[in-house]
Amino acid sequence: MKGIIKRFSRIVANNKVDFDLRVGEIHALLGENGAGKTTLMKILSGLYQPDEGKILIKGQTVRFRSPKDAMDMSIGMVHQHFELVPKLTVVENIMLGACKAVFIDIPEKEKEIQGLSEKYGLDVNPKSRIYQLSVGEQQRVEILKMLYRKVKILILDEPTSSLTANEVEKLFSTLRKLTKEGCSIIFITHKLEEVLEIADYITVLRRGKVAAAVNVKRIKQMNGLATSELAKMMVGREVILSVDKNEISTGKEILGIENLHVQGDRREESVRGISFSLNMGEIFGILGVAGNGQKEMVEAIVGLRSIKDGEIRRKGSMNYVPEDRINRAAVPGMSIADNLILTSYKDFSKPIFHKGLVRNHGRKLIKKYDIKPPFLSIPVKQLSGGNLQRLILARELSQKPNLLIAEQPTAGLDISSTEQVWKFLISQRENGAVLLVSGNLKEVLSISDRIAVIFRGSLMDIISVKNQPEKIEKIELMMAGFV
Amino acid sequence: MSISIEKGANITPLTKTFKAFFIVLAALTLGSILFIIAGVNPFKAYITMIGASFGSLYGFSEVLVRATPITLCGLSVAFAAKMLLWNIGAEGQLVMGGIFSAGVALFLSEHIPSFTVIPVMVIAGCVGGGIWASIPAVLKYWKRVDEVLTSLLLNYVAIFLFQNLYYVTWRDPAGRGFPGTAKFPGIAFLPRFFGTRVHLGLVFAVFSVFLIYFIFSYTKWGYEIRVSGESTEAARYAKIKINRNMVLVMFFSGALAGIAGMSEASGIHFRLMEGLASGYGYTGILVAFLSKLNPFLVLTTSILFGALIFGGDHLQVVAQIPSAISTVIQSIILLSVLFGALVTRYRINVNMGGER
Repeated sequence: MKGIIKRFSRIVANNKVDFDLRVGEIHALLGENGAGKTTLMKILSGLYQPDEGKILIKGQTVRFRSPKDAMDMSIGMVHQHFELVPKLTVVENIMLGACKAVFIDIPEKEKEIQGLSEKYGLDVNPKSRIYQLSVGEQQRVEILKMLYRKVKILILDEPTSSLTANEVEKLFSTLRKLTKEGCSIIFITHKLEEVLEIADYITVLRRGKVAAAVNVKRIKQMNGLATSELAKMMVGREVILSVDKNEISTGKEILGIENLHVQGDRREESVRGISFSLNMGEIFGILGVAGNGQKEMVEAIVGLRSIKDGEIRRKGSMNYVPEDRINRAAVPGMSIADNLILTSYKDFSKPIFHKGLVRNHGRKLIKKYDIKPPFLSIPVKQLSGGNLQRLILARELSQKPNLLIAEQPTAGLDISSTEQVWKFLISQRENGAVLLVSGNLKEVLSISDRIAVIFRGSLMDIISVKNQPEKIEKIELMMAGFV
Repeated sequence: MSISIEKGANITPLTKTFKAFFIVLAALTLGSILFIIAGVNPFKAYITMIGASFGSLYGFSEVLVRATPITLCGLSVAFAAKMLLWNIGAEGQLVMGGIFSAGVALFLSEHIPSFTVIPVMVIAGCVGGGIWASIPAVLKYWKRVDEVLTSLLLNYVAIFLFQNLYYVTWRDPAGRGFPGTAKFPGIAFLPRFFGTRVHLGLVFAVFSVFLIYFIFSYTKWGYEIRVSGESTEAARYAKIKINRNMVLVMFFSGALAGIAGMSEASGIHFRLMEGLASGYGYTGILVAFLSKLNPFLVLTTSILFGALIFGGDHLQVVAQIPSAISTVIQSIILLSVLFGALVTRYRINVNMGGER
């Protein structure tokens, strides 16, 4: 890609970007949220047209008018927000748009897909329906979709944001297998450690421009300063991820769960007898691989799912930051101002909406939480993942709830945003407590007071980070189900 | 030199206005073909229509007479559509509103204080249309029956009920063979303005335009409706009571159509007779869509459609062209707009030879 320029009214998302990919290469596209990585790849995959610049495949200039054109040239993209139809099965989703036949032999296709999934280590049941699958499993379906269409250039947008360490390893071995067969991979991420582990080449974007393009081997020769060098290139300054957590005395119980049983969307129970208690001033982390019942447990606590058995005791107000940002936590077609009052609109409309109040509220939050682009009337679907997450956090935290439930709050966020989010969560302890649901061990260890590992709907153990450090080593075992 | 069509490119507001203009031009040009087939000069035809509709007080008043029920039905459909509820039943709700208010006019109006008659008729019209529209809503939330089917089929039920009433049950014995109810007592007439047939119904229509704008922009309920229409999942997250709103929104939507029925019956016909159900409910669907659910555009589009219909009637009288031609032109406009919406997503690139 040469000299790519892409504008969205006032914003230049890509500013004269050059990008080269070699056959069989794993090329990481690195940068902070809003740097222009996803935009650039959407141009390559045919979703957007560049305002200026050109794309060359094997020396030939090409013009993609739609993703179909890109797919015809064997380029496919797996997006950050999956494009799967929840009610259809895995096979049906993979077949969608890929089959010109009028009649499809489903069992035959199931076998075919089973074969692909075994070959590349992408474990998933072809007969399941998408809504029954965890995020990690859904991602495997997305990749299988691309593999079925025999893509030669595979673009992955933040693929590891909702995966555990184990799943990331599996993904990386799949990617290595693919490159051995001549597939080239572009990997959008902001996670430096992963980049150093898997990528051959890195292009760093900062505020729409290319800040650096380097061979990974060269960086590794810099001996341990590699990550901070990359971080500097991404952000333009020194970045150290640290957490400053002062002691807060804990108080009375904010949330009490007693023998909770919750039915999932599949035939089995998702939550099988969970009990724990959460006190004022505490951050309680529920750590687990996606799909072990934490989603259903949270839905039961917030009232989006009914309880089969057990008791939930709660004191005071509660706010919820869902994992599913774009569909549940926000209304994509509505403006930033309107989205910032989604869970508190009743406070702004006594008895009718005071537009000035809404606008002031919006401006205040945009400033405090650094939401970009900072225009109240833009539809929220134009925001990058990180900015959307900041918007949602802004909305929920500003209501100063006694209990804040945060699901995967830093998924897909870069270092500085993650740092900010952790700071906000820690400061929330002054108002009450935080129930943190995450699959990221580092995150949970960094900010929680107590950690519970969830596996197949039950809590394996509850560990106090300060008082029981010896148990911390056992956490990864617990996540895999070993007592 | 080569011309290529490119999808999804950025389009400036200026281009959008040009495109809208060309769409209208395209619709009128296609309409001209019809006029030529009918043996008439299309320019003369259009000018006659415009002249008749806007050139005299009488003409414009007749346009407003037709625009009144169209506006109310357009608002009815648009209001429900904001929450992705497809109200195809405005026609039946209009009829039920007419029936309920006629009931008040014929049987109640002489027994209550005369200044309460019109307000009670308005309430009756709202209730009649509202109840009729709530049936599809309840069925949807109780048994997940699609409201498109139920509201459409209920139109026929309403019309049959209506026919029974004015042919048989409420028929005027002194009617001299013409099917219809007795004429309403004078106190149940909607007042008319300036010696034209424009009646109080227009005031209700204009008031409703502002009411709906107000509801959407300034009330809790309006906010809930907008969120529910955009994302059910987000609405559930925001603890919005979706099912309750479904019924309330449909009731309100039906009430608007009911007022249309009431005002036709009490402002134009002064009785229940054939002609109450003349398709305004369906025209409302067209208008709501063309106006992109914007209440002010509903009003302007309705006036335009009123002009089309009156223009067509006028041409029939003056040039013996079937007035159905205006119905055909309505369809051409809709199809042009649909095609235009498709076309505006593409950009035509003209490459004058050589590289860019």
